[in-house]
Amino acid sequence: MATSYDPAALVAAVALAGVLTYACRLSFIALFGRLEEIPPGVERLLRFVPAAVLAALVLPSFVTLDAANFATDKFVAGALAAGVAWKTENVFATMATGMGVLWAIRLLLSAGV
Amino acid sequence: MDTTAFRRGARDAVPLLLGIVPFGLVAGIAAVNAGFGLPMAVGLSVVVFAGASQIAALELLGQNAPLSVVVVTAVVINLRYLMYSASIAPYFREFSARWKAVLAYVLTDQAYAISVASYRSDRPVDRKWYYLGAAVTLWAVWQVTTIAGALLGTGVPDAWGLEFAIPLVFLAILVPAIEDRASAVAAVVGGSLAVLGAGLPLNLGLLVGSGVGITAGVLTESLAEGTDGD
Repeated sequence: MATSYDPAALVAAVALAGVLTYACRLSFIALFGRLEEIPPGVERLLRFVPAAVLAALVLPSFVTLDAANFATDKFVAGALAAGVAWKTENVFATMATGMGVLWAIRLLLSAGV
Repeated sequence: MDTTAFRRGARDAVPLLLGIVPFGLVAGIAAVNAGFGLPMAVGLSVVVFAGASQIAALELLGQNAPLSVVVVTAVVINLRYLMYSASIAPYFREFSARWKAVLAYVLTDQAYAISVASYRSDRPVDRKWYYLGAAVTLWAVWQVTTIAGALLGTGVPDAWGLEFAIPLVFLAILVPAIEDRASAVAAVVGGSLAVLGAGLPLNLGLLVGSGVGITAGVLTESLAEGTDGD
């Protein structure tokens, strides 16, 4: 759907989102130059950031509790891709498995199998 | 400039491009669908330069959601950069303020993951140029594919499921980040809560999942240490 906002409003929204996003990126990179050491507590928290944030980004794309919108093709493709990622730690193999399985399931379903 | 390090960073980013290309195409297509012209679509990609938040913002704009909600949603999704920024900051400490401003602009999930993995490994590398090699490659490909997506517009059929490539990229960098029991707990708790909270407004499921997942990882580690120590 196309937005009804005028260009000036869109430019303002994009600029504000951009500035705030940049502030997040720069925050600690700029700050730590003035600190001698990262507090050990902070360092400890940070160790778990990639695992927790990435999992929170990924999992809702493969699984939903909303039965009406549950997509079997995405669930199966995601699960198999996760298995391949685990075994190979290879980005290409993970992507190829995920997309390949998704397309195969859709093809089978559309062929009425 | 250390071209060897730059090239090595760029080379290490290449496998991730398989995820970036469809991601960028989807972001470009979403921009056109939301009624953006090419200059605005490019502007969004250059100014915000964060795919998941761009796509979420475009969806909300298409529904004519209040602009405050659009901006807050985009920023909430990008709060994770605070954590990446803090995590990578020690490796950038020696650089000038001007370089830090540049390095921060191209900070992404992928550039962060590749670079920190490389810094933690034993092989020595020029940190700035390795990071720039990876991050600038990702940036350039992101811009080109967003433009391509905006030009293709709605020509790509939904049945291709291109948007599914996005979580697959994140999956491929998630798995190596699970290196022990505590980080596995962080991932399982974070992912499960995000699924439970998927219906919450403003992408709060993502934030709550991330926050509680990190806490669960720290607690697991503390418990394990307590048992070992006694």
